[in-house]
Amino acid sequence: MRQWRSIAKEAMDRASIIVKFLCLLHVTDAYVVSSNHVLGPSMLPTLNITGDVVLVEHLSHRIGKLGSGDLVLVRSPLDPNKTLTKRIVAMEGDRVTFSLDPTRSFSSRSLVVPKGHVWIQGDNLYVSRDSRHFGPLPYGLIEGKVFMRVWPPNSFGLLG
Amino acid sequence: MGTPSVLWNVAKKCFTVGVISLTVSDLFASIVPVRGASMSPTFNPKTNSLLDSLSDDRVLVEKFCLSNYKFSHGDVIVFCSPDNHKEKHIKRIVGLPGDWVGTIYDVVHIPEGHCWVEGDNSASSLDSRSFGPVPLGLVKGRVTHILWPPHRVSSVERKTPRNRVSPS
Repeated sequence: MRQWRSIAKEAMDRASIIVKFLCLLHVTDAYVVSSNHVLGPSMLPTLNITGDVVLVEHLSHRIGKLGSGDLVLVRSPLDPNKTLTKRIVAMEGDRVTFSLDPTRSFSSRSLVVPKGHVWIQGDNLYVSRDSRHFGPLPYGLIEGKVFMRVWPPNSFGLLG
Repeated sequence: MGTPSVLWNVAKKCFTVGVISLTVSDLFASIVPVRGASMSPTFNPKTNSLLDSLSDDRVLVEKFCLSNYKFSHGDVIVFCSPDNHKEKHIKRIVGLPGDWVGTIYDVVHIPEGHCWVEGDNSASSLDSRSFGPVPLGLVKGRVTHILWPPHRVSSVERKTPRNRVSPS
C-alpha cells in the first residue's frame, strides 16, 4: 500500500512538472517569441519563395510600438485559420496611394487609413493579396512583429 | 538568511500560478464581466448606476471555438473592436460569411471570413450596424454560461432573431 502511494506521489510530481513546462511554453509562444514558417512569393525579395523560418515577437504590438515599415504577422481577414506576413505601409490617420493592379494600369487610388486600422502590403506588389484587396486591416488582427530570420542559415540575421 | 529564500519561494509560486492561469484563460476558458446594457435582457437586465460594477454579470467564455473558428447563428461572442483593439465587445452573431443581412437601410452581403454581430438591445448597442462586418479573426471566445449574480446562473442559449438573414 505504502509503495503504491509513493509511486502515485512520484507520478503526480512528474505530471505537475510537465504541465508547468507546457504552460510556460504556451506563454512564451503566445506572449514573447515564436517561430513561424513563411511560404509564398508575396514578400519577395525580403523573404524567399521557398519558405523561410522567421522569429516573431509578440510584445511590440501590445505596447503600441509598431510603425510603418515593420514586417508583421497578421491573421487573415478572409480566412481566420490562416496567417499572413506583410509590411505595414501606413498607420491610422495616414494617407496611402496605391494602384489596384500594377501589371495592367497606372491608375491609382488614395485614401486615409481609418482609426484603429493599418494598411499592409506585400513587398512583391504583383502577386500579393493584401490591403489593396481587403481594405484597411483592424489592428486587433496583428499577431506579432517579424524581427529575425533563422532559416536558411546563410541569410540568418535581423530583418528590418 | 531565511527571508530572501522565503521571498524567492513566494515569487516562484506567484509566477507559476500566473503562467498556469494565463494558459488556462488563453486555451480553455475565462471569466469576464459584462459592461453596459447593450446585451440586455440576456446580460445585465437592469443596470443600477450606483452599483454598476457590483451588479454586472460575470460570464464564462470558452476558447475551444478558436481552434477552427466555426460559429453558428445566434452564438454570443467576445471580440476586439475593429476600431480600437483595446476594447472588447460582447455581441450576438446574426450573420455568417455568405449571408445577406437586412438592416434598416439596405441589405448587406457578408464577405468571406467575416460575421455580422448585433446586441440584443438594439436601442443602445454599438455593433455591426455602425462598424460593418467584423473579421472572424478578432473573435476571442464564445460566451456559454452566466456565473454571477447567483440567482441568474444559467447557460446562454442560441437565439436567432426574426427573419432577417437569408443564406446565399
